[in-house]
Parts: sequence; structure tokens; C-alpha cells
Amino acid sequence: MSDLIDILLTAGFWAATIRIVSPLIFGTLGELICERAGVLNLGIEGIMTVGAMSGWMWVYQGGDLWGGVLFAAGMGALFGLLHAIFTVHLGLSQHVTGIGITLFASSLSYFVFRMLLPSATTPPKIVPFQSLSIPRLSDLPWLGEALFSQSALTYLAILCVPAVWYVLFRTPVGLAVRMAGENPVAVEAQGINVLAVRTGAVMVGSAFMAVGGAFITMSWFDAFYFGMINGRGWICVALVIFASWQPGRALLGALLFAGLEALQVRAQQSAGAFIPYQFFLMLPYVMSILAMIFMAHKTKYPQALLVPFRRGERV
Amino acid sequence: MIIEPRPSVSILRAGLAPVWAILFAMALCAVLIAWAGGSVLTAYGLLFKGAFGSAFAINETLTRSIPLIFTGLAASIAFRAKFYNIGAEGQLYAGALAATFFGTGLVTLPPFLMIPFLVIMGALAGGLLLLVPVLLKTKLKVDEVVTTLLLNFIVLLVVGYLIEGPWKDPMSLGWPQAASIIDEGVLPPLLAKGRLHAGLILALAMAVLMWVMIRFTVQGYEIRAVGNNAKAAEFSGIKVNRTVIMTAMISGGLAGMAGVSETAGLKGYLTLDLSPGFGYTGIAVAMLAQLNPLAVVPAAIFLSAVYVGSDAMSRAINIPTYIADVLVGVSVLAVLCSVMFSQYKVRLRA
Repeated sequence: MSDLIDILLTAGFWAATIRIVSPLIFGTLGELICERAGVLNLGIEGIMTVGAMSGWMWVYQGGDLWGGVLFAAGMGALFGLLHAIFTVHLGLSQHVTGIGITLFASSLSYFVFRMLLPSATTPPKIVPFQSLSIPRLSDLPWLGEALFSQSALTYLAILCVPAVWYVLFRTPVGLAVRMAGENPVAVEAQGINVLAVRTGAVMVGSAFMAVGGAFITMSWFDAFYFGMINGRGWICVALVIFASWQPGRALLGALLFAGLEALQVRAQQSAGAFIPYQFFLMLPYVMSILAMIFMAHKTKYPQALLVPFRRGERV
Repeated sequence: MIIEPRPSVSILRAGLAPVWAILFAMALCAVLIAWAGGSVLTAYGLLFKGAFGSAFAINETLTRSIPLIFTGLAASIAFRAKFYNIGAEGQLYAGALAATFFGTGLVTLPPFLMIPFLVIMGALAGGLLLLVPVLLKTKLKVDEVVTTLLLNFIVLLVVGYLIEGPWKDPMSLGWPQAASIIDEGVLPPLLAKGRLHAGLILALAMAVLMWVMIRFTVQGYEIRAVGNNAKAAEFSGIKVNRTVIMTAMISGGLAGMAGVSETAGLKGYLTLDLSPGFGYTGIAVAMLAQLNPLAVVPAAIFLSAVYVGSDAMSRAINIPTYIADVLVGVSVLAVLCSVMFSQYKVRLRA
């Protein structure tokens, strides 16, 4: 127990938590935006892989880091468009399309990576985002290291939470997105094109997911590995339910998970002798399931989630 | 854009839908092959030869199709009831764990009892694993896609722990693998040469059994009714939750059998690379088969041929083997589309 408190008191633990939380924030916000508009996006795991590969590859081919982030976002939006054409315009099963997108997007990423770097046995590296020092704040003792030693992409992730909240809950665009997920017929009655709103939301959400993937290869690590996303996308889908589709609660949930992951890495070092490491690695997946069970009776699903909209058709 | 149902769908149009999807997926992969600098015709020629070009190749293709038939059936049955079991990968490993637990010396029976015993235990393990997501779905309305996916990761870690720890074969020279299945439990080979084993017969029997069940029994009717319209099924007196739970048990059981067949038929012992994603490819198999259990067999053989053939192709002309996974992913999306176009007309303007 005292070991646990020791870990929680180190600045390194908090710095790691905030670093690890970034891809979860991007992914969860992305899924949240899609689902608020009424579209479940199970392409997330594949779209994160696309983002991780394409952003990294952009930089590896000589592009700059922010260009890589934009490129990853663009690729994500493109796969989002594909998802939207299938689920929004053709009204096909959101479950099966999402799984199909994940299979297609991740295998295409691996194919392209192997194609461009055929014989790389040790993964080549890029110079990733460096930690951004904020004048004064970064020099604070303990707090400086714990909170203000992150890369620019992490600060961006955290800033995105209030930004997404503001757009969703305080602007007409956000209202249209939320209504498209609750009562599309009413949206159409206002003269707003439901299909366009949903398509836009899925594309923006998918861009977020891809940036989450890009964070992993461009800020957290400096190389692209196969199987790197490793279920993070699915955890984000669980986090959206845990957060009841609220951006602020999504941040809390993501922090909880990231803290757990940072903790398990450290606990492995002290308790690894008598608890096998696999059980530590299992924690995030088990916690995701528990989180969904815990929230099950409280969740308010967007009413039109999974329901395709066809103009002129009565519900 | 206006989408309206066709008044009637001819058998030919319905049957051709997956063919169009496959052709589309192959055309898209042709672009990738050309980009990789290969000749498309040579590449597909090599793929075909690698999959069907010799007795050995055919043997290998059929062997690799066995787990895909099981996981394809698992997805078909579950998706029929709109229960999206994406956890066949985990259930496959659960079946393999059961086969290893009972089949490595704990129980010894004569082969004609031992093999069915292992198959039943594997099916039970696969079904039991799926019991968690299905109860969460029916009792608490927790989405089954996420829970079944997350369980895949958990089960793989359990397998990793067991074969690196308590179940590690001391004779394995340090490799993380479990002890071998005892001789009585090994599925016999079907031919003198090659790796084809009796798992194929079990898989084909299951395909026929599932077809009969879906088509001719009350349970099959209830599964279809729940999948078509759960509310209407409820009103007509079908116990929807019970039907979904039963469907899930069958689906998980089929995926568990894939694990038994791979452990006791092909490899002989449990390792972490027992399945290179058979559970996920099973979804593609089911979609190409349009959820018809009998059509699962050719669909599984086709996708198995793609994998076996692309291995041969990439050895010969340096095209990454991931091309096979791309083809599988694209065909899932393409078949969704082509089946829809076979049932609906799309007009661009009113």
C-alpha cells in the first residue's frame, strides 16, 4: 500500500498518465462526435492505425510534424467518409461496416508500410514531438514535471475537450449534430440536411481518431510497430458509454484509464515478481467491461444511434 | 438519391452479389499490386497456383479453411439473430484452452470417446466465454460488439500467461507452448500426405447441421425472426432474450470447436500463434456467404485460398502478404454493398 502511495506521489507517474491519456482523449472525442450524430463508428481501431502509420510516414518521408498530424487527420476523415457513405447514405449495418473499415484500414496501413519500407527489420525512427516548455509553469518544482512537461499534441488533446463541448452544446452546428442523433426527422423539418450533418460529424470524428493514432507514433513513441493500437480504439468506444456521451466525463474516464496504465507499468516493477505481467496488461480491458457494466443502467443512448435515416420515410 | 426495394429478387441476382464483391475486391487489390511494381496477371496467376496448383497446395488450402468454416458459421448464426459476436477469436482460444486442459493427460479415453469429449469441452468453453457478453446484452443492454472484442484481448493474455507459466511444456526447450495433446485425442489425418485432418469432416457436418437448424427447425425460425424484427418476434410470443442467449451459445460453441480442431488436429499443442485472426476472417466468410451456413463452406475455402495463395505469391514476387488481409477487409465492405444493390434499386433522382 505504501508502495502505491509512493508511486502516486512521483511527478513521473502524473507526467506518464497525462502523456498516455492523449490518444484516448482524441479517440474518445472522435467516437463521441460520431455517436452524438447517431452513427456508431467501429472503424475506430483501423482509423487509429491509419493515423499512426500515415502521420509517421509523412514525417519519415521528410515532412514536418504538424504536416504529419494534418495528413493523418485527412486520411482519417477519408475513411470516415467511406464509413458515412455506407452507413449514412446507403443505410447499411453500422456494426458490420465498422468492422469492415477496421479490417480494411488496418491491413491497408500495414501493406503500405511494408511496401514503402520492405526490408526494415528494426523499425526506423523519426524525431518525434518534443516536450514543450511553458515559461514559468514548466519550472515549478514537482508540478512543472508532473503537468507541464508534455508535447504540444498533448496540450492540444486537453484543449480539444472544452472545444468539442463548446461546439456540441453552445453552437447551432453542435445542436444540429446532437439532434441528428436524437430526432433526425425534426432536424429535417428545420430544413437541415440530416445526411450532410451526419456525414460531416463522422468525418470530423474520424479525423480525431486518426490524430489519436498519430500521437502514438509521433509523440509517445518514434516508430510504427504492427499491432501498435492494440485495442485502444475499442477501449475508446467503451469510454464513450462510460462518459454518457459527455466530453467532460470522457476526459475523466480517459484520465482514469491512463492513470491505471501508468500505474500498472510501475506496479509491474515492484509486484511483477509474484503477479504475472499478463494480469497487469489485462487491466484496461477488464476495466472497460466493468465500466460499461457500472454505467449500464444510467446511460442515455442518443435515441437515433444505429438508426439509418431515409428522407420521407416515417419512423 | 432514392433507394427502393426491388419487387422481386431473382436467385441469380442474389447469388451473384458476393461474386461482384469478390471481383471488386480483386480489382482494388490489383491496383495495389501494380503500385507495388508487380504484374497483376502474374500475381493472381501465382496466387491461384499457390492455392490450387498442386495436390499439396489444395491440401493446404483445405486445411486452412477448417477453422474458417467454424468461425464463419459462428458469425453466420449470431449475425442472423443480429447478435454481433466479434469475439470468435477469443472463443477459439477458449476452445483450445479446454482441449489443452482435458487433452494433455488429465483424462484418457479411447479415441472414439476422447475426440468427441474434447470437441464438446471446447464448444462448452467457447459458449461459456460468450455467456458474459450475451447476459450483459440481454440483462443490461451493454453492446456486445465492444465486450466480445475486449474479451479477445483478455483471453489471449490468459493463454500467454498459462503457456509461459503453469502450463508450459517442460520439454519445449524454452518455447512458450503447452504440452502436446495425447495420441488418443489427436484428430486423425485424412490423407497419407499433407496436413489435412478430420476437423474438416466435423466442420462440414456442422455446416449441414446449422443449415438444417436455421432452415427447418423451430429454433432456426425463432433466430431468423429475432434477427428480422425483434419487436415483432416478441409480440408473436417468441422469447427474444432466450433466443439470443441460445444463438450465442451455438455461435461461441462453433468458434470453440475451431480451437479444438486447430490444437488437436493441426498443431498438436497450444501456442500463442494458433490463430492468425481466424475469428475476424470468419466475419468476412459469413458476409460472403450471406449468412447461409452451406455457403460458408465455399466462402471459407475461397478466403483460405487467398491466404495460402498470397503466401506463395509474396514469396515469389515480393508483394507484402498483407495484400490478403486487404482483400478480406475490402470484400466485407463490398459484399455489404453488392447484397444491398441486389435487393434495392438506387435512383439518383426522383
